[in-house]
Amino acid sequence: MLLTMQAAPSESAALATYSAEVRQLLFQYVLQLADTSLILGHRLSEWCGHGPILEQDLAMANIALDLLGETRSLYQYATELEGKGRTEDDLAYLRSAVEYRNPLLVEQPNGDFAHTIVRQFLFDNFHYPFLKQLKSSPDERLAGIAEKAVKEAAYHLKWSSEWIIRLGDGTPESRQRVEKAIASLWRYAAELTTPTATEKALQEAGIIPDYAALQPTMAAHVARVLEEATLPTPPASSFGLAGGKEGRHSEHLGYILTELQYVQRAYPGLTW
Amino acid sequence: MVATALTEARIWELLDEVLDPEVPVLSILDLGIVRGVQVAGELVTVHITPTYSGCPAMNTIATDIRLRLLAEGITQVTIHNQLSPAWTTDWMTPAGREKLEAYGIAPPVDGTATGHMLNLFGQDTAVRCPNCKSDNTRLVSQFGSTACKASYQCNDCHEPFDYFKCH
Repeated sequence: MLLTMQAAPSESAALATYSAEVRQLLFQYVLQLADTSLILGHRLSEWCGHGPILEQDLAMANIALDLLGETRSLYQYATELEGKGRTEDDLAYLRSAVEYRNPLLVEQPNGDFAHTIVRQFLFDNFHYPFLKQLKSSPDERLAGIAEKAVKEAAYHLKWSSEWIIRLGDGTPESRQRVEKAIASLWRYAAELTTPTATEKALQEAGIIPDYAALQPTMAAHVARVLEEATLPTPPASSFGLAGGKEGRHSEHLGYILTELQYVQRAYPGLTW
Repeated sequence: MVATALTEARIWELLDEVLDPEVPVLSILDLGIVRGVQVAGELVTVHITPTYSGCPAMNTIATDIRLRLLAEGITQVTIHNQLSPAWTTDWMTPAGREKLEAYGIAPPVDGTATGHMLNLFGQDTAVRCPNCKSDNTRLVSQFGSTACKASYQCNDCHEPFDYFKCH
């Protein structure tokens, strides 16, 4: 990636005020956010040229692009927080799966269109209200990235919500597929709002939103969409799968990175 | 070397000649993405903001700004990418909107930005067809040929068209 732009100096000023400990926590956290949007964006980009119809192929490529844009802003910030001379490309292309911090949900394979939609809906339903809160973070860089991305995330959530409704309240075939996807993916949702030690520390420091406060909004939207889709609400007691945010991934991430990082691994230091 | 002292006004004039690579009838000023210009001696600083996080045109725009200024002998240029306050379609100039419509892309309709987004299956109000000017149009997809556009079709003349979506 060609880096011809720099962050405005005012946006870097806050870095100096963080203690080394907070700075390290924030680095881990920003990396987690960046990894999350990178991996989901990559998954969506796998649909390019394979979508069920042209408009939806374009929609998935557009959402992938939005997520990659958010990813770049976050990785750029992460490199500054780390301050060790690594670039955004180093972070994306030269870390192994155990160093990635994305939740398990976003690395799950695309499956059929319904599967992709359910994965997207679960993510968007967190991402949009989360960014709305992150806009008020005292960390100006995170607030700025959120202010930009939240407008895009609103379009994503509208898109995935409408598709849940179309598929659920559609044909017997589409309904059966979306039900199957819900049964398979719902257990990954809780990880999004279950804070890790890093997240807890940053929440206590008031730098990032408290996820518990997002729950009512998220639950209300899920209820509304599932009702319109005429789909049953999955039982709340479904056990959750987690660990990605702490580097414990499913086997799928390794395959994604193999493809994503291939060129840089095969030709180290290659630039455009 | 620069013959006369640089002024901010002169830089703004030059920036108005830099076109959006994806909608080449609009200058980057029409688009409202230049947020500030500072001149200190021979050093020029330009603040730009992306329309969308992943806008792939940003690097090209930054390069085009450098090239345009370089053509005037201005070599010390710093370009800052500024995310906040986030770009909004409200910053697109009236002249820009007219050029956009003449080019065949419906300009953003004011006051329809993201506050309405969770109105499921709703669409932005009355987007006018750039071809026959009918308001009787329908949303085909919120996602179009680039990140900043949605796909529409006119119910009267049946022309499919891009809508520069509100943001």
